[in-house]
Amino acid sequence: MKRTVFRNRWLPYALVAPQVAITIVFFFWPAFDSVRLSLYRASPFGDRLIYVGLANFERLFADEAYLRSAVTSFVFSFFVTVVGLALALLLASLANAKIRGLAAYRSLLLWPYGIAPAIAGIIWLFIFHPSYGVLPYVLSFVTAYQFNWFLKGWVAMTLIVVAAIWKQFGYNLAFYLAGLQAIETSVLEAASVDGAGPIRRFFAIVFPLLSPVTFFLFTLNMTFAFFDTFGLVHSVTQGGPGDATSIMVYRAWKDGFEGLQLGYSAAQSVILMLVVILLTAMQFRYAEKKVTY
Amino acid sequence: MARAIDTVATVGVATTPRTRRRDWSGLIAHGILVLAVAVLAFPLYYAFVISTQSLGEVSSLPPKLYPSTSLVDNYVQAWERARMGRMLFNSAVMAVAIAVGKIAISLLSAFAIVYFNFRGKQLVFWMIFVTLMLPVPVRIVSTYNVISIMGWVDTYWGLTVPLMASATGTFLFRQFYQTIPDSLAEAAQLDGAGPLRFLWSILLPLSKANIAALFVILFVYGWNEYLWPLMVTNTPDMRTAVIGIEALVPRSGSQLPEWNIIMAAAIMVLLPPVVVIIVMQRWFVKGLIETEK
Repeated sequence: MKRTVFRNRWLPYALVAPQVAITIVFFFWPAFDSVRLSLYRASPFGDRLIYVGLANFERLFADEAYLRSAVTSFVFSFFVTVVGLALALLLASLANAKIRGLAAYRSLLLWPYGIAPAIAGIIWLFIFHPSYGVLPYVLSFVTAYQFNWFLKGWVAMTLIVVAAIWKQFGYNLAFYLAGLQAIETSVLEAASVDGAGPIRRFFAIVFPLLSPVTFFLFTLNMTFAFFDTFGLVHSVTQGGPGDATSIMVYRAWKDGFEGLQLGYSAAQSVILMLVVILLTAMQFRYAEKKVTY
Repeated sequence: MARAIDTVATVGVATTPRTRRRDWSGLIAHGILVLAVAVLAFPLYYAFVISTQSLGEVSSLPPKLYPSTSLVDNYVQAWERARMGRMLFNSAVMAVAIAVGKIAISLLSAFAIVYFNFRGKQLVFWMIFVTLMLPVPVRIVSTYNVISIMGWVDTYWGLTVPLMASATGTFLFRQFYQTIPDSLAEAAQLDGAGPLRFLWSILLPLSKANIAALFVILFVYGWNEYLWPLMVTNTPDMRTAVIGIEALVPRSGSQLPEWNIIMAAAIMVLLPPVVVIIVMQRWFVKGLIETEK
């Protein structure tokens, strides 16, 4: 712990004032207001609020469309994190060797991180485009199935999953490569001498040793998939076709801004808040663990 | 994590005795990494190729995968039709203001927290911490209400100030200040330097690398922010590039699918953050590690 050296009655308050002011006005006030609004409903003319208790939440949990969006969110996040990480880990393990130029590869892998999810989505939208895209064109030689994401929910879901994984992939791969390089080769060589094959070595040694990296990347990608992909859905599929890609954040926004159901949208915000709290708690449990190692 | 990434950076220097088996694995590793780089780069290449083709070429089958001659035409069209100049300017204002604002605000509050003892310090610290759990999506409607009460809808204030509070930035600077020996501040005091003088002449120059690292991450974050500008702006004049491009995407069959123009716009929008990442590579990697610790 640092010994505090400067003494001043008002200066420290002046220094934290901007941060505290923004925090209160733009974080705490709206957050409390979300919780408060979630207990109200706008009157038919929209001129005043009527207290309805937990009715908004009861309605949410009885609303099949909402439950579907929760499932959609989890399916989407699951594919983005689990498939994305598994692919990255697989490639990183295959590419794990003491080679030259790793720093250069890292540069060539990291740049997609800078592309907005919405822009990534628009590029992939065209690759998937049913009439002009290169992907349906190539697939048309293999199968007569129409990969039309305008019509088929699962194709639309695949489209946004692929776009999200693409944006995160280089980042995940770079972290896995770094984690693998940090593992002592002597450990693996010893196991190899003991007769463990490459697959056995991977699951018995490499994977457990990488678990901090995996956990770190998991929470990071989960947060990304849940909250930062709004732009991807909004600019590409707009939740469709039907509501096949309508993730929770997109619904909360749509019900609030397009449907003007303020209380209903606020109740969804409160539920999302619980999701973030859970994810943050996970992240910090991991951070704590790292400290005690 | 930091150690893991550092290993990658220095691995080109580390020499290990090579065995025949490892020569093979090195070749495989290069092969896989080259493949990964190529697959990651393909969508960007494709987007660029499309942006150089005429409408006829874009909508002909089979898709042409090499550049054509309409590059200038398409970019000029995109620039004029989507008012790219204005939107890119807005994006730049947002990205730079958020990055600079966040850095300044978190630098000051970290300074107060580390170098002063004051009543309510714990409270301030926890308030900053809790903002981690309140990203924009969890307070959608309420934050908009606050912005409109303040009369900040459709202004640069509304676009930037509310996003300037930063827990990660504050923690980063706090951590860094704690590694600076106390003797430095004591010496400065003996020389008669006040706290602000110490901050300006000693702490700030020492923080340069951290500031640069944070700048890259925050610039990319600000440039790519989607939900926030979508909520707080409603005139074309205040739209940022990332959300403005969505308006170009055809939503019905009757619109001409001018994908060459859309891709030209997409390239213009994605270039600035990607260039910042590539040019400031070193600090970017440092920022990735430090902000996620």
